Amino acid sequence: MTQPLVTLTGESLGWDGRVALRDVSLRIATGERIAILGRSGAGKSTLLTALHDRAQVRLALVPQDNGLIGALSVFHNVWMGVLDDHGTARNLRTLIWPSAAERAAVARVLQTVGLDELGRRSVSQLSGGQRQRVALARAKMRGGALLLGDEPVTALDPEQGAALLDHLLAAFPTSVLVLHDVDQALRVATRIIGLRQGAVAVDAPAADLTADDLLQLYR
Amino acid sequence: MILRRRHVLAGFAALTLVAISSAELGAIRPDPWMTLAAIGRGILHPDFSDIAGLLRATGLTVAFAFCGVGLGAVLGLLLAPFYGTAVVRLTCIAVRSVHELFWALLLLGLTGLSPLTGVLAIGLPYAGIFAKVFAEYLEDAPGAAPLGRRLPSLTALLWVRFPQSLPQMRTYTLYRLECGLRSSAVLGFIGLPTLGFQLETAFKQAQYGQAAAVLALFLALILPLRFWVIWRLVPLMLAAAATALIMLPTPPMGQGALMRFLTGIVPSPLRTGGDWGSWLDKVLVQQALPGSMDTLILSQIALAAAALIAAVAFPAIVPGVVGRVGAVIGHGVLVVLRSIPDYMLAFVLLQVLGPSMLPAILALGLHNGAIIAHLLGRQAASLPQHTGAPRGVTLWAWDLFPRLSPAFWALCLYRWEIILRDSAIMGLLGIGTLGFYIQSNVQTLRMDRVVALLVVSGLLTLLIDTVSRRLRRAMRDGPPLRIEASRRLAT
Repeated sequence: MTQPLVTLTGESLGWDGRVALRDVSLRIATGERIAILGRSGAGKSTLLTALHDRAQVRLALVPQDNGLIGALSVFHNVWMGVLDDHGTARNLRTLIWPSAAERAAVARVLQTVGLDELGRRSVSQLSGGQRQRVALARAKMRGGALLLGDEPVTALDPEQGAALLDHLLAAFPTSVLVLHDVDQALRVATRIIGLRQGAVAVDAPAADLTADDLLQLYR
Repeated sequence: MILRRRHVLAGFAALTLVAISSAELGAIRPDPWMTLAAIGRGILHPDFSDIAGLLRATGLTVAFAFCGVGLGAVLGLLLAPFYGTAVVRLTCIAVRSVHELFWALLLLGLTGLSPLTGVLAIGLPYAGIFAKVFAEYLEDAPGAAPLGRRLPSLTALLWVRFPQSLPQMRTYTLYRLECGLRSSAVLGFIGLPTLGFQLETAFKQAQYGQAAAVLALFLALILPLRFWVIWRLVPLMLAAAATALIMLPTPPMGQGALMRFLTGIVPSPLRTGGDWGSWLDKVLVQQALPGSMDTLILSQIALAAAALIAAVAFPAIVPGVVGRVGAVIGHGVLVVLRSIPDYMLAFVLLQVLGPSMLPAILALGLHNGAIIAHLLGRQAASLPQHTGAPRGVTLWAWDLFPRLSPAFWALCLYRWEIILRDSAIMGLLGIGTLGFYIQSNVQTLRMDRVVALLVVSGLLTLLIDTVSRRLRRAMRDGPPLRIEASRRLAT
């Protein structure tokens, strides 16, 4: 069996000295598509952050607030995904004077999220949905072995959101996404982790679960 | 220990009484009304006959401000990432504790009456201020963009922290540009060709119509600043400003000015093997001591005056107290008082009231009081009021002042250090504060004493800054305030 990407055994997770999740045991293997579900405040983001901190592979993260820099252009925000592949001098040059090849590489990714012509626009001028697309484009640009997303398509309309999610999931071998839509989770995930009252309440293959089972998490 | 506000207040009141009793407030001119009437006639009939000269001085005032603030902002930006290191922080504290006018007096010995003197006099202290404020912005910027973990700090700084701080930096730079215009105008009083020079000349020749024209031009420049500074055009404006200053004829300094300057600032006992005792006695006991005493006395009374003026005047821009029309008028008066440099105001009042501490007290009180009043008033106008709330003076006394008093005290304490710095400068007008002794040493080319007195003035500023910050922290009864877009000033 292949080495798991992340392993948690009986751990308490939290932030600022407060425990949000107790006694978490998880193994995440290559090839899994995991959806995390639960009411707000159940500890979904805490779990995702813990996975982000432990994973020792190249990963792309789509945070809940998108993590964009409003004063920079769409191009720069997308290119930010691959900053650590280049040296400081190159990054400085790209910040001031992006090359045609760099612009073209970003333009290809922007096309897949439907933001073709907006590369030079500053992110602060974009709508909420457009911003989320920029965040998705950055994750795509970065690539890697693992995709972590915290409600990555909430600001998009359901149809487009689903299409973009499928597209992004196809680009990463393994993914862990916090989702709020039970049906979407059942559609895209191979495994579902449900959180309730500060603990893991459900951890099962998606094929073994129904929407009714999962709605219990929100009661 | 948590100090009660009333303890601090009682201490301040006692100190102010002591200061007033030892201040020289007399020496009213034989007939201030005559001068006042003449000035009044001048204001009613401003004299723009020398429009070419006035416009040239206006242009140069802008040029000095742009180049000085530009230099300060660039230096500050370069220093900001290193503000955590002790060397950079202490250097910045030292350069900004010396007032622009003092920098100019010191640099006169090095670069003479050249444009460089004016640019450095503004740029150096501003660099210290910019470095501090920009460092705070960079530190406050969220650094949590989901980037790779091994990103070099320079890349993270330029890609993440700097772009996020940029809007605040722009706002602050614009505010500093307003200060720079004031500094630039005041530099005219020591001979640079800006509006201050025109004002002084006009007053000395009793041409009050011309003086009124100078003031009108200055206000026309500084009041609509936010409308004529267009960010896209700033590089162009900077280039034009630099060109204008380079074209300015420069009086020759002669050979070896740098060496002369460097040897000149070495204390004379070291240079000539003279007696340390008499030098120290002359500099510290006969000059620094009385100069510091008068600086402290002036700043104490001026602070009390500013607090009083602010407390009474802040409702002048609150519609609930003075009505809608009254608020517009109040706003106009406060903004004008805030925009005129206190040194300029003191110079004008001195012509009316004659030489004593009174003009400086009034000028510092009015200028700083207007600044505090304006900040407080804006806060007061935005306070939520229930329907049927009292109006007029009752609203001020029963509602606004009690609710705003923590902010009020924090603002007064914050202006204390600035009032002290400006009190030292008032000596250039002939009042016995540190500036008086510094100027007389400049005139007799004793630059070693100038430097010693500047160090004393810097230490005095630091002392007040420290006491003020301790008091603000000890009183601890106000919400943290953001003043002039900076963070820790009044917390």
